[in-house]
Amino acid sequence: MGALDELTRPAGEDDHVGGVPARLVAAPGSTAEAAAVVAASRGLAVVVRGGGTKVHWGPPPRSLDLIIDTRRLAGVVEHAAGDLITVLRAGTPLDDLALGDQQLALDAAAGATVGGVVATAAGGPRRLQYGTARDLLIGITVVRPDGVVAKAGGKVVKNVAGYDLGKLYTGSYGTLGLITECVFRLHPRPAASVYVRSTAPAQAVPAILAAQVAPTAIELDTATGELTVLLEGTPAGVRERSALIEKLLAGEVSEAAPGWWGRDPWAADEIGMKLSVPLSKVPALVGLGSALRGSAGAGVLYAAARDITEVERLRAQCVRGGGHAVVLTAPAEVRDILDMWGPVPGLAVMRRIKDQFDPEHRFAPGRFVGGI
Amino acid sequence: MADIDALARRLRSDLGPEQVVTDRQELRTYECDGLAHYKVIPALVVLPHTAGQVATVVRACAEAGVPFVARGSGTGLSGGALPHAEGVLIVTAQMRRIVEIAPADERAVVEPGVINLQVTRAATPHGYYYAPDPSSQQICSIGGNVAENSGGAHCLKYGFTTNHVTGLQIVTPDGDLVRLGGRAPDPPGYDLIGAFVGSEGTLGVATEVTVRLTRLPESVRTLLAAFPSIDAAGAATSAIIAAGVVPAAIEMMDALAIEAAEAAVACGYPPGAAAVLIVELDGPSAEVEAQFTEVTSLCRGEGAFEIRIAADDAERALFWRGRKSAFAAVGRISPDYIVQDGVIPRTALPEVLRRIGEVASAHGVRVANVFHAGDGNLHPLVLFDARVDGEAERADTVSGAIIDLCIEYGGSITGEHGVGMDKAKYMPRMYGDDDLDTMQLVRCAFDPAHLANPGKIFPTPRLCGERPGGDIAARFPGVEVF
Repeated sequence: MGALDELTRPAGEDDHVGGVPARLVAAPGSTAEAAAVVAASRGLAVVVRGGGTKVHWGPPPRSLDLIIDTRRLAGVVEHAAGDLITVLRAGTPLDDLALGDQQLALDAAAGATVGGVVATAAGGPRRLQYGTARDLLIGITVVRPDGVVAKAGGKVVKNVAGYDLGKLYTGSYGTLGLITECVFRLHPRPAASVYVRSTAPAQAVPAILAAQVAPTAIELDTATGELTVLLEGTPAGVRERSALIEKLLAGEVSEAAPGWWGRDPWAADEIGMKLSVPLSKVPALVGLGSALRGSAGAGVLYAAARDITEVERLRAQCVRGGGHAVVLTAPAEVRDILDMWGPVPGLAVMRRIKDQFDPEHRFAPGRFVGGI
Repeated sequence: MADIDALARRLRSDLGPEQVVTDRQELRTYECDGLAHYKVIPALVVLPHTAGQVATVVRACAEAGVPFVARGSGTGLSGGALPHAEGVLIVTAQMRRIVEIAPADERAVVEPGVINLQVTRAATPHGYYYAPDPSSQQICSIGGNVAENSGGAHCLKYGFTTNHVTGLQIVTPDGDLVRLGGRAPDPPGYDLIGAFVGSEGTLGVATEVTVRLTRLPESVRTLLAAFPSIDAAGAATSAIIAAGVVPAAIEMMDALAIEAAEAAVACGYPPGAAAVLIVELDGPSAEVEAQFTEVTSLCRGEGAFEIRIAADDAERALFWRGRKSAFAAVGRISPDYIVQDGVIPRTALPEVLRRIGEVASAHGVRVANVFHAGDGNLHPLVLFDARVDGEAERADTVSGAIIDLCIEYGGSITGEHGVGMDKAKYMPRMYGDDDLDTMQLVRCAFDPAHLANPGKIFPTPRLCGERPGGDIAARFPGVEVF
C-alpha cells in the first residue's frame, strides 16, 4: 500500500458492518488523502463509516474488505455568519458544532457525523419547519469510487448551475462513493422555544396546522399517548402562540422536551422501521396500534415492530396509502429473511445511476434498494 | 429530413394530425423561448394531451435517434427550451389540468402545463398556496419550473421548486413512464426527484407533478425603505439577517431600475433614492409584528430616509409592481437590454455592486440593478442600443464580466434562470472537468444517447461508453493498489 500505510490499520473486533467483518480500516484526514485511499482500494469492497450510529442500518454488505473511517476528516472549514452558511468536513460530529447564534437545523443521534446524517438522509422532529438534509445541503465534495474528487453546488443558497449532485448523494447510503465535505445553509437560533405537551390524538394535527402558529415540530409517541408541539420564535410571540395551542389541545406548556423527543422508539435488539405516509393517512396508521413515534405533522413515523407479521402489516398500510415503509434495523435472523427496503419505484434508473458511478459495485455492495 | 418526415407520419397517426405541427410558418412561432436572441426553428412540434402521448413521442424519438426538447410556456431566460433544428419540440401547454388539490395532504397534483399562479389560486380557498413565485408566475408553467428549479422573490424563506416537489411522473429519454415519490415524504432509494428538478429537460420530460402546498400566512407585512446609497441598503440587509430575522423577501433596486419602473408603471417610489429595499415578513401575527418593528428600526439605523408601510393588500401590490415589472420596464429607458442572473455571497453585495459599476463605466454601458438582496441573487440589466455600432458587443462584455465577478466572489453563474444554452460556456469557469464529468454520469444513466435537450447545460458532452476509473494510475502516480 506504499504511501497509504500510515492511514490504514488491520481491522479490529468492532470493525464490522452488520456482522460482516472488515480486513482493513483506513482513516484519511483530508479530501486528498481520502481520494488516495479510494484510488488505492481498487478491487476492494468498501463501507464508509462515520460515528457508527447508523452503520448497521440496512442489509449487511455482500462483501467487505475496507472500512473508511471519516472521523479524522473533521472540523469546521468555514462559518460565514453573515451569509448564513457553513462548510463542514464529513466526519464532524453534529453535537460539536459551535455556530454562535446560528444553527444547522438537523436533528441527529448523539455522536452522529455530518456525513452519516447526509448519507442516510436521517431527519428528526424539526423537519416540519426546516426540512431535512436534502433541503439544507447546498454544496458537496465527494470522492467517486474511481478516486476522482468532484464538487457540486457551492457556497450560496441560491444556485441552479448544473445537476444537484448533493441531493443524489443525500440518502445514498455510501453506495456512490465517499462524502468528504458538505456546505449547509444555516438558520438563526430562535430567541425562545417551548413545548406544548398534550395527550391529544393524531386527529388533532389538522387543527394545529390550521391554528396559524407555524409550529417547528408536531411529534407523537404512542407509548406515552403524547402529542407535543414545539414552537420557536420571539419570546412574546412564543408565549402567545403556545397559549393558543395549550388551549386547543388541553395541554401544558413546558420548557423541556419530553424524554422520548427525537429518540428512536426501538431498543437495540428490536426491529426499527421508518414509515412515511401522506399527512391525511397518519391517524389510520396510528390506529393500527403499533408502537410509533415521530413527526405526525410531516407524515414520517418511526416504529418498533415486534415481528415480521407486524412489519408486513405496517408496510401494507403505508403502501396502500401511497407511502413507504423501510426496515432500518433488525436482528440478524429477522433481517436476513426480510425485504428491508420494500417496493421502490424508479429502481431501473437507480441501477443505471449505480452502474455509472460504481461500475464494479464495490461501495456498500448490497446494502441499498434492490440489492444495489 | 427523411427521418423527421417518417416520424411526423408516425406521430400524426399515433396522436392525431392536429397535434403535430409541420408547417414552416407555424413552426417559426416556437423558434425561441424567453431569451429571444437565440432562434432555432424546430423540425417538428408536437402538442401532447396526456402523459401517455408524451411517452409515445419520446419513444418514437428514441427509436429514430431524433433529439427532443420539452417546452412549457416558453418563458425561460436561458434558452433552455430553445428548439433543436433536427429535433422534435414537445410542447406541454395542452396538459393544463389540475388533477387534485389535496389540502388534507398539503399537496397539489398538476399536469406540467398548469400555470404557476393557477396552483395558488386553486389552493387559496383551502387556506393554502404554492410558495415558489418566479416573477413570471402569471404565465410560466409548473413543468418549466421543475426543469429550471425556479425560485422567486420569496425563496429566501421558503426555498425553491426542489424543496416543494414531492412527486413526479416522468417520461425517461427511452420513453418509459416512471413515477417517483408522491404525496408521502422521503421515498426510499436515490433522490431522483432531487436529480431531476433543475436538470433543464436533459433527463426526460415531467408529465405530472406533485407539489407541497404551504399554509397561507396569518399575517403579511411589507415595507418599502428608501436609502441614500446602495451601501446603506446593503448594510440594512445585512443588519436584518444578523438580527436573526428571516424575512419572506428582501428585494433591492438601484436608482436606474427605479427610474425605469417609474416610467413604466408609476409605482411612486420615494424620489431621490439611490436604492430602495422591499422587505416582506410573514407568519403568525404574534411574531410578525415584533419583527417588523425591529426591521423598521434597523432600516432607519442604516440611514433609510423614508419608510413606507403597506397599509393593505393594494398598497403591497403597488410596492411589488415596481419590482416585478422591472425587467420589462427597462424597455422604457433603453431599446435593448440583457437580463443577467448571478449569485454572490450576500455579504459581498456592496463590493460587487461597486465593481459592476466600475466595469460598466469603463465600457460606457449603463447597468440597472434589481436583485433578491436577501440571498445575493443579482439581476443586473445591461442596457444597450443594438442600432449603435459596437454597443451590443460592449453590453455582452459587461454581462460576461458580471458573471466573472460572481465566480470570483464564490457565487454562482445562475441563481434561478438556469444554464440552458446561454451559459453552458461559463460552466467550466465554475466547475472543474471532474465536477462536470461527474454530473454527466447522471446524464448517462438517464440518457446515454443524448437525445433529451442536447447542447444545454454542458459545453462538452461526455461519451457515456467511457467507464470511470480508467486513468487512476495516472492521477495518483506512485500509489500502489491494496
